[in-house]
Amino acid sequence: MRQKLVRLVGGVAIAALALGGATACKSDSGSDGASGDGCGKKIAFFGALTGPASALGINENHGVELAVEQYNKDNADCKVTLVPLDSQGNPDQAPGLAQQAIDDEQIIGIVGPAFSGESEAANPFFAEAGLVHVTASATNPTLADQGWKTFFRVVGNDFTQAPAAAWYIENELKAEKVYVIDDQSAYGAGLGDEIKKVLGAKVVGSDKVQGEGKQNDFSATVTKVKSSGATAIFYGGYYQEAGLIRKQLTAAGVTATLVAADGVNDASYIEGAGAAAAEGSILTCPCMPASETGGTFEEDYKAMHGTDPGTYSDTAFDAANILLAGIKAGNTDRAKLVEFVRGYTGQGVAANHKFTETGDLDPASVRIWAYVVKDGKIVPAREIPKS
Amino acid sequence: MDFNALFSDFGGYTITGLTVGAIYALVALGYTLVYGVLRLINFAHSEVFIAGAFAAIWGWSALGLDRDSVVSGFGSIMLYLLVGALIAAVASAGTATVVEQVAYRPLRKRNAPPLAFLITAIGASIAIAEAFGIYTRRLPVGAPTVVKNDVLFTIFGAEVTAVQLLILGSALGMMVALDLFINRSRIGRGIRAVAQDQNTAALMGINKDRIILVVFIIGGVMAGVAGMLYDVRIGALTYSVGFLLGLKAFTAAVLGGIGNLRGALVGGLLLGLVENYASALFGANWKDLVAFVVLVVLLMFRPTGLLGESLGRARA
Repeated sequence: MRQKLVRLVGGVAIAALALGGATACKSDSGSDGASGDGCGKKIAFFGALTGPASALGINENHGVELAVEQYNKDNADCKVTLVPLDSQGNPDQAPGLAQQAIDDEQIIGIVGPAFSGESEAANPFFAEAGLVHVTASATNPTLADQGWKTFFRVVGNDFTQAPAAAWYIENELKAEKVYVIDDQSAYGAGLGDEIKKVLGAKVVGSDKVQGEGKQNDFSATVTKVKSSGATAIFYGGYYQEAGLIRKQLTAAGVTATLVAADGVNDASYIEGAGAAAAEGSILTCPCMPASETGGTFEEDYKAMHGTDPGTYSDTAFDAANILLAGIKAGNTDRAKLVEFVRGYTGQGVAANHKFTETGDLDPASVRIWAYVVKDGKIVPAREIPKS
Repeated sequence: MDFNALFSDFGGYTITGLTVGAIYALVALGYTLVYGVLRLINFAHSEVFIAGAFAAIWGWSALGLDRDSVVSGFGSIMLYLLVGALIAAVASAGTATVVEQVAYRPLRKRNAPPLAFLITAIGASIAIAEAFGIYTRRLPVGAPTVVKNDVLFTIFGAEVTAVQLLILGSALGMMVALDLFINRSRIGRGIRAVAQDQNTAALMGINKDRIILVVFIIGGVMAGVAGMLYDVRIGALTYSVGFLLGLKAFTAAVLGGIGNLRGALVGGLLLGLVENYASALFGANWKDLVAFVVLVVLLMFRPTGLLGESLGRARA
C-alpha cells in the first residue's frame, strides 16, 4: 500500500513542482518595496501540518505561533508575519516548498524543516539561497556534516540519545542482559548500533525488523527475545512497530522493559501496544517536559491553543525566538540573520543555546529526559545525567 | 546463520510459523476461489480482509470492549469470538459483494479485456484502503485482548498458546467445511461447473452471475474470519497492512496451485513456516527475501504450484 501511495504522492509532487516553478517566474518582480524600514518581514514554519506524521508538526507550529504573537504584541509598530509551509513530512514535496519560501523575499528565516528526511531534500536549496533555518526536531546526526552554512538545530542529535538510553538501562533498570532490535532505518539502526557500542557485552542478542508498516507479525523476534532471557529491550525505530512488538512480547509472557527513543515517544505507541503492555516502557527524548521548561511558556501556550504543549513545542518556540531576536536587533536581511544566529547565545525554555561550527546545539547544552508510560500516559521520569 | 536459535527452539518456530500461515491460507482461499471461477486475480481481496479486521474491532468496541479490555471466562470469550467473527464475516462479504457488483460485473457485461479487470481491482483496492486510512487518520487502532495468550500445553518442547490453538483450529475447521461445501453441496457443484466451462454451465441451467456472487461472498467470509483472527493475534490494526498480507496470501495461493482449495492451505502453511524459519536463521530482515526465493525455485520445478491448478477439473 505504501508503495502505491508513494507513487501517487510522487505524481502530485511533480505537478506541484511544475506549478511552483510557474509561479516562481512571476513572483520575482512582484515583491513590494515596503521592506525599506525592516518591517513587514516574515518567518516561515516548514513541517508536516497534515498527513500521517502531522502531530509533531502541529505541536511545533503552535510553538512558533506563540513566539510570533508575543513578539508582535511587544513590537506592534513593526510586526512579523508567520508563513506556515505544510510539507506533509514528505521529502518529495520539500524542494518545491523550499523554493516557494526562497522566492518570497520577505521570508528571512525558517523554523524547520521538522524531519530529517525532508531536511535532506530541502536544506541544500536553503544553503544556496543563504536562507537561515533552525530545526526544532530533525535529529539525524549527518545533517550537520553537509557543510550547509544555514543549518542550525536547537535539539540534541541522535548520537546524544543513544548514550542516554544506555545510561538509563545500566543505572536505572540495572539490566545485565539487553536485547537490541532495530528497524533498519537510518534513524533506528543508528540508535541500535550506538547502544550496542556503549553496552558491549551486556547485549545478549539483536535482531532487525522491517519498518514503515511493512511487518506486523514479530513472532520470530519475540521467540528470540524470550530465549535470550533479556531483562531490557532497546528498540530503535518508530511508534507503529514498537507498539506491535511490545504487545506481542507481553502476550508471549516477556516482561522485560522496553526502552526506545523519541521516535516512539508518542501516544500512538500506547494505542498500538495497549496500556497494560505499554506500562513501564521507557522513552527518551532530547526534549524537556512542559512542566520543566520554566517561565510562563506552559501557561501562555495553553492560553493560546487550549492544549498542553506537546513534544517539540518548546524547541520550536525557542527556534522562533532566536530568529525574532535577530530581527529585533535589526538583522532584517537573510545574510545578516544567518550571521546573527551563528553567533547567538542565550537561554531558551528548552535549553541554553549556543551552536557549534556545524550548526549543532553545543553538546554541553543538550538535555535528555527519560519518560515512562504510566496508566496509559507518557509522563516524565527523570533527566538523564551526562556520562 | 544462527542454527542455534532455530534448533534450540524448533518447535516454537514451527508453531508460530503455522499460525501465521493459517491466516495466509484463509485469505488465500478468496484469491483461489475467484481465480478458479473467473480466471481473475481479485486484487481488492486484501481490502476485503481489512474491512473484516476493522469491523471486528469496531464491533467489539460497540459491545464495550476497548483496546485495554481483557475478556475472561470461557463462555464470554467464545461469545465475543463468535460475535466478532460474525461481524467481520458480514463486513468482508459485504465489501466483496460491493466490489463484485461495482468493479467487475459491469465490465463482465461489456466483455472488457482482462487488463481492465486488473486495473479496476487495483483501483478498488487503493480506494478502500485510503478510505480506511482517512477515517482512522492513518493511526494504528488497538484491539482488545479477547483471548489471553496463556500456554495450554507443550508438544515436542514447544509451548502451544490459546491464541495459536484458536487460529490453527478455526482455520483447519473452516477449510474442511469449505472443502465439503464445494464438493458435496448443490451450490458447490454449480461453482465447479462454472469453473470448468461458464457457457456450458449456463446451458445446463446454472445462474452464472449468482454463482460468481456466491464465490465472492464465500471468499469474503473466509477473509473476514481471517481478519478477526489477525486482530486477536497481532493486537493492533493499521489501514495499510492489507497490501502486504494480501500479496503474501496471493503468493500462498500460487505456491499451492492457484484455483486449488487444498493448495491454498498447503501454500499458506508452507509460506508461514519458511518465513519463520528464515527469520530464525538469518534474522527477521531476511524473511521476505528467503520466502520469495523459495517461491521462485518451487515454481521453476512445479510451474502450476505444489498441488496443481484445479477447482473444477480434478474432482469434477
